Amino acid sequence: MKKINLKINGLSVTVPEGTTILEAANTAGIKIPTLCYLKDINKIGACRVCVVEVKGARNLVASCVYPVSEGMEVITNSPKVLDSRKKTVELLLSNHNQDCLSCVRNGSCELNKLSYELGCKSDSYEGVKTESKVDNSSLSIVRDNSKCILCRRCVAACQAYQSVSVIGANSKGFDTHIACAFEQPLGEVSCVNCGQCINVCPTGALREKDEIDDVLEALNNPDKYVVVGTAPSIRVALGEEFGYPIGKNVEGKMVAALRKLGFKNVFDVDFAADLTIMEEGYEFIDRVKNGGKLPMMTSCSPAWIKFMEHNYPELLGHLSTAKSPQQMFGACCKTYFAEKMGIDPKKMFVVSIMPCTAKKYEKDRPYQSAAGVKDIDAVLTTRELARLIKRCGIMFNNLKDEQFDAPLGIGSGAGLIFGATGGVMEAALRTVASVLTGSDLNNIDFNEVRGNSSVKEAVYDIAGMKVKVAVVSSLSAARDMMEKVKNGKADYHFIEVMSCPGGCVNGGGQPILDAHTRNTVDYKKLRASAIYKTDKAMKLRMSHHNPAVREIYESYFEKPNSHKAHEALHTKYVKRNSFN
Amino acid sequence: MGKIKLTSVDFAGTKEQEAELRKMLKELKGTDGALMPALQKAQGIYGYLPIEVQKIVSEELGVPLEKIFGVVTFYTQFLLNPNGKYDISVCLGTACYVKGAGDVIEKIQNRLDISPGDCTSDLKFSLNATRCIGCCGLAPVMTINGEVFGKVKADEVDAILDKFKD
Repeated sequence: MKKINLKINGLSVTVPEGTTILEAANTAGIKIPTLCYLKDINKIGACRVCVVEVKGARNLVASCVYPVSEGMEVITNSPKVLDSRKKTVELLLSNHNQDCLSCVRNGSCELNKLSYELGCKSDSYEGVKTESKVDNSSLSIVRDNSKCILCRRCVAACQAYQSVSVIGANSKGFDTHIACAFEQPLGEVSCVNCGQCINVCPTGALREKDEIDDVLEALNNPDKYVVVGTAPSIRVALGEEFGYPIGKNVEGKMVAALRKLGFKNVFDVDFAADLTIMEEGYEFIDRVKNGGKLPMMTSCSPAWIKFMEHNYPELLGHLSTAKSPQQMFGACCKTYFAEKMGIDPKKMFVVSIMPCTAKKYEKDRPYQSAAGVKDIDAVLTTRELARLIKRCGIMFNNLKDEQFDAPLGIGSGAGLIFGATGGVMEAALRTVASVLTGSDLNNIDFNEVRGNSSVKEAVYDIAGMKVKVAVVSSLSAARDMMEKVKNGKADYHFIEVMSCPGGCVNGGGQPILDAHTRNTVDYKKLRASAIYKTDKAMKLRMSHHNPAVREIYESYFEKPNSHKAHEALHTKYVKRNSFN
Repeated sequence: MGKIKLTSVDFAGTKEQEAELRKMLKELKGTDGALMPALQKAQGIYGYLPIEVQKIVSEELGVPLEKIFGVVTFYTQFLLNPNGKYDISVCLGTACYVKGAGDVIEKIQNRLDISPGDCTSDLKFSLNATRCIGCCGLAPVMTINGEVFGKVKADEVDAILDKFKD
C-alpha cells in the first residue's frame, strides 16, 4: 500500500494511504481528543472536538474523518485549535444538566474530563435547554437525555454491534434527541438490554438500573439470609475500578470484599456454569443421539435469548432449554442449598454479580423460579459492585485474598472460561468428549474456538463422529448466522452465541473504558487472557469433575436432565414480534 | 420542525391500501436510497405515516423502525398526523400575529379541542400554524382547504367553521 509522509506538530510521520489524521496522530503518540468518534463503528465527524489545523486548509478540519495526504502539515494544539475545542465543549455544556456531583459517571465522564482539560467554563453560554424526561421503563437501562450530547455512539453500538437498532435520532435541530421509534419507552420495544450503549456513552446519559439500595436493604434486614455469587468475568474486570491494570485477576480480593459487605455466603457462579455444561452437554448428546433439533444453540446470554424471541421466533426450538448460569445459581441456592441448610427459600435473598445489564431483566422473566420464588433477587453489575464496595468504605486494594465458600463456590476452569467468547463451547466440548469417549481427553485446550473474532468455526472428531461447531459473538454476527440457519445453510451441530462482542468480558455491565482506551487497547483480549491463564493453572478444569457438581447430582438432582433437574434448571421461551 | 406530536386518530387503513403499499415496497426493495421515495409514496397512499404504515415499510424494506421514524421526524414533508377533511391553516407570521392571529388560533383550538398539528378524532378538521403566507394586507389570515379568510376576528371563527359542517 502507498505510504504517505506528513508532519504532525513538526514531527515527521509515515502512514498508509487512507489513514485519517487522528489515526496518524495516534501512531505518532500524539493524542487528539474525541467525543463522537469510536473506531470501526462511529466516524461521523459530528462533535468537532477533534478539530486540527491543516496548513493551507481554509477551516479547521475534523481529524477523525479527514484523510492524510502527501506533504500535509498538521497542528493539533495551536491556539486556534484549542480555542475552538473549548468553545465547542462549552456549547455542549450549555445544553447539559451539569448534575456532575451526583452523576453515576462522576470520575468516568468523558465530557467532564474534556471540559477540565480544555479549561472550559460551565456557564459561558446560558440559554434554553432541550426538554427531556428520564426513561426509566427498561428493567436494565436508564436513559437521561438531559446529559446526552448527541454523539450517537449508543446508536452506532446498537446498530453495528447488535443489529438491534432500537434507538436513533428523532426530530431535528434543537429538538433532536436519541430515543425509540414513536417515542416508545425503551422497556416496550425490542431492545435486548445488552447495555453496549451504556459502555460507549461518554456521559451519564445512559446507565444501568441501580439495585445497590435493594442489596443494602437486604443485607441490613435480620430476617433475610443474603448470599452472593459472582459471574466468571467479574474477577478479571473489577480491578480496573480500583486502579489495577486491565486483565488483572482480583478474585481473592473480590471474595474478601463481598464477605466484608456481610454476605452470609460468597459463592461462585462458575459452579453454576459447570452445572450448565452438565445440563446443556447432556441435552446436546441427547439431541445428537435421538434426532433432536440441530444445531443446538446456547442459552446463557439473556440478550441473545430476547433477540431470538423478537427476530427468529421460528428458531426457538434450537435453543437449549437449560437456564443460564445465573438462574441455575439462584435455583440451586433456593432449592438444594436452602434445603441442606434448613432455610426457608422465601427468606433467602440471592444476589448475583454480573458483567451484564440484561441479567437484571432475565431475573424477572417467567419460568425462573425453581423454589416458587424468584431464583435471583438482585443483580449488580461489575460497576455497581465497585460502587457498593467504595460506599461501604472497604479498602479493596489492601484486602488479603480469600476463597469462595463451599459448596456453591467450587468452580472449574471450564466454568471460568464462560466469561470469554468460545468459553461455553470449549467447556462443553471438554465434557461432551469425555462422556462420549468414556475417558478424559489428553489435550483439553480447544484453541480454535478461542479469540475475539465474531465468528469462529471448527470440526472436532469425537468418538468417531465429526462434530461441527460455531462460536458467535455480537448479535449482528448472530443475525448473519441465524439467516444461514433459517436458509438451511448452516450444517453445525452446536452454536455458541454471546450477545456482546468478545463475550462477557466485554459485557454491558463491565467497567467503563473511555473512547481513547477502547480505540487503542485490545481490552477484550487482555481480560480474556486473564481468564485463560487462570484456567490453565487450575487443577480442576472440567465441569464433570467438579466435586460440588457431582455431589448435587448424587444427593439432589439424581442425574443431568432428570425430571427434578428439568423442573429446577430448565426454562421456556416466548414468541415475540420484531417491534416489541 | 418542533416537538414530535403523535396522532390520536385511530388507524383506518384499508386492505386495498395495504396491498398497494406492499406492492410498491416490493418494487423498491434493494434499490439504493429506497426509503425516501418509499415514504413519499406511502404518504401518498394514506395521507400520513402512522406507526402501522411505518411498520409495514420496515418489514418490507428491512429497515429498522427507529431509522424510519428518525427520517420521518426530520423532514417536514412527512406527516405523523392525518389531515382532516377540512385542513385549517392559521398564519402566525409577524403581521398576522400582531393583528391578533394568536386569539384566532386559540379560539379554533378551543372549539375543536385540538392543538396545532392535530386532527379531530372524526377526521373532519385538522389545524396547522403556518409562517407568513404572503398576504399581510389581509392579516390576520387563515385558510381552509385553500380558501382564504382575511382580517379574521376571533369572534368570527364560529361562523366560519359553521360553513364546513358536512
